[in-house]
Amino acid sequence: MLKSSFLKAVAATAFTFSTWASAQAVELQFYFPVAVGGKAAETIQGLTDEYVSQNPDVTIDAVYTGSYQDTVAKAITASRGGNPPQLSVILSADMFTLIDEDLVMPFDDYLSSDEDKKWIEGFYSGFMENSQTGGKTYGIPFQRSTPVLYWNKEAFKEAGLDPETPPATWDEMVEFGKKLTKKDDSGNVTQWGVSIPSSGFPYWLFQGLAIENGAILANSDGNKTNFDDQKVVEALQYLVDLSTEYKIMAPGIIEWGTAPKSFFEGQTAMVWTTTGNLTNMRDNAPFDFGVAMLPKKVQRGAPTGGGNFYLFKGVSDEQAEAAVKFVQWITAPEQSAKWTMATGYVAPRPETWETETMKQYVADFPQVLIARDQLEYAKAELATYQNQRVTGIFNDALAAAITGTKDPETALKEAQSQADAILADYR
Amino acid sequence: MRNVTLKREWVLGWLLLLPSMVLLFAFTHIPAVTTFLNSFYSTPRGRRAAKFIGAENYERMLGDPVFWQVLWNNLWFALGTIPVSIALALVMALWVNDRLAGRGFVRMAYFTPTVLPMIAVANIWLFFYTPGFGLFDQITGTLFGWPATNYLGSPETALNAVIVVTVWKEAGFFMIFYLAALQSIPQSLKEAAQIEGANRWTIFWRITFPLLMPTTLFVSVNAVINSFRLVDHIFILTDGGPNNASALLLFHIYEVAFQHWETAYAATLTVALLLILCLLAIGQFFFVDRKVHYK
Repeated sequence: MLKSSFLKAVAATAFTFSTWASAQAVELQFYFPVAVGGKAAETIQGLTDEYVSQNPDVTIDAVYTGSYQDTVAKAITASRGGNPPQLSVILSADMFTLIDEDLVMPFDDYLSSDEDKKWIEGFYSGFMENSQTGGKTYGIPFQRSTPVLYWNKEAFKEAGLDPETPPATWDEMVEFGKKLTKKDDSGNVTQWGVSIPSSGFPYWLFQGLAIENGAILANSDGNKTNFDDQKVVEALQYLVDLSTEYKIMAPGIIEWGTAPKSFFEGQTAMVWTTTGNLTNMRDNAPFDFGVAMLPKKVQRGAPTGGGNFYLFKGVSDEQAEAAVKFVQWITAPEQSAKWTMATGYVAPRPETWETETMKQYVADFPQVLIARDQLEYAKAELATYQNQRVTGIFNDALAAAITGTKDPETALKEAQSQADAILADYR
Repeated sequence: MRNVTLKREWVLGWLLLLPSMVLLFAFTHIPAVTTFLNSFYSTPRGRRAAKFIGAENYERMLGDPVFWQVLWNNLWFALGTIPVSIALALVMALWVNDRLAGRGFVRMAYFTPTVLPMIAVANIWLFFYTPGFGLFDQITGTLFGWPATNYLGSPETALNAVIVVTVWKEAGFFMIFYLAALQSIPQSLKEAAQIEGANRWTIFWRITFPLLMPTTLFVSVNAVINSFRLVDHIFILTDGGPNNASALLLFHIYEVAFQHWETAYAATLTVALLLILCLLAIGQFFFVDRKVHYK
């Protein structure tokens, strides 16, 4: 009798102690968007659960928040309502917007040791361009991608081209494209040479062309754009010419969403799209396909894209430290390898590619290396203050030129003067 | 004594009104007033608070070519969707009101688009419109040998393509109202007319159509409101493109508010939208109402 009540008392104490301990556990809320098909959401949830079970002193509430657009909208609204998440994955290109809204803080304050500094240096510099400004690190690369060229080897063979050689230059792309464009008896095109999707956010793939022609669309302070640069105009002229002059690309706006499908259906022999589609292509393409770097003009080039981790203002020091530890863990080689394999996103640290898991994956599916190798030539994605508004203006200008409502030069001049009017406040 | 009863009734009345009034104020009137007030301030940013700028937002709106374009688009969208969807709804209702084989199935088929979620519908139509292997191109290609048409990707056709989806979606919904109204028209009127020797057309034009007027008013008010309110499919189909060719006013407001984060300017656009809707509703009720025969 005495013994049992003694045990009860111990149990009760232990119970209160344990609830006290878990009440002391640092709580983190973490928003993440999903922008590609496949198992992205489950993978993030799984990784988070794994971390929490290894680290009982932290609880992480991972919240799936829709698209990138929805996520940034939710994060901004929650912050204005005084209830910001501690951590969120948001477009790397939204960095200036988040700084301007005064919502995020740099990671630097919580990365003081030499080891931490080395960790920051361990990311591909192509990805860090959109993550740092004014000497501070605001974003940690996580779900990052870059556009590549996919080509249909069977179509190449049929057109009398070497199925193992993708176009390396702009001129070659036109030359190959002409051979690949097929027409039926009545003169209707049944297979286009190339597709560069342009719906919604044409700026991203277009930026590849601009970089290849030696142009930089915006400065690194995010307050000056170069839309009317002659090199940008040339790049846009080339894009327009693909449809009007060379007739190797379908006229008008090409839909992002249906682009992989029209590649599978043989409507187009080459397509530019994100590496985020790699796993999708691998699973669904009914023919042998190749992955190549984007062709060059004066240089190779591609924008980066995708999302970074951001640390929000209003967190306690304890929470910030816990958040940083979690970010370090999830970007570490083993976790990062799992993430890359599930989605096709480019692992943001060279060391990930050295792991056994990754090596095996690459041996089986060497196409994934192209995106990594292209990083050497990659430049920051277009990002400015009031980013969505400025890129919106740029998108409208590109669409106007692509659909032939304005000529490239006029469209870009107008876009530049509108962007100048917005960004003048930030200089 | 009488005073007390009166007062008690008065209190009771207000208490009964209270729940719906609270909801109406919290979610309709207060936001509307706040929106109106916000339209006179600048957009607050983290580092800069909102400041009073008078009518500057309105000046910007009137000088903004995108605003005029979306307004113009919306006018076309309204003209393209309202008469067609109402006429189509009426024809469908008249048809499935008659005795015909498989009537239940046809009714269901007409109503299905209404039940489907707009986003799902838009995704299906996206593939209908796809150049090359999309449904429309396959049909026009095999039948007439037409080349692939980029319906959603050309400024000339994008808005019309969106209009077609909207009509397809809405007509079935309006049909239900017409069907209900048709069934409430007494059969004796029709029989009396037949005895007088009226043909089908006269019966429709002199009896059925006038008796359907209250429904037509109701449906047209709804159609007008919907033409300003339905934008879900645009997100999927065209995202307002190319170059705003298919953007409608409400879509543009969303874009400005939640993508560009210019909440003050979005408030100004919202005031414009509210004003348009108020004028339309008033117009419909005061001018059309006189021509409606209620029983």
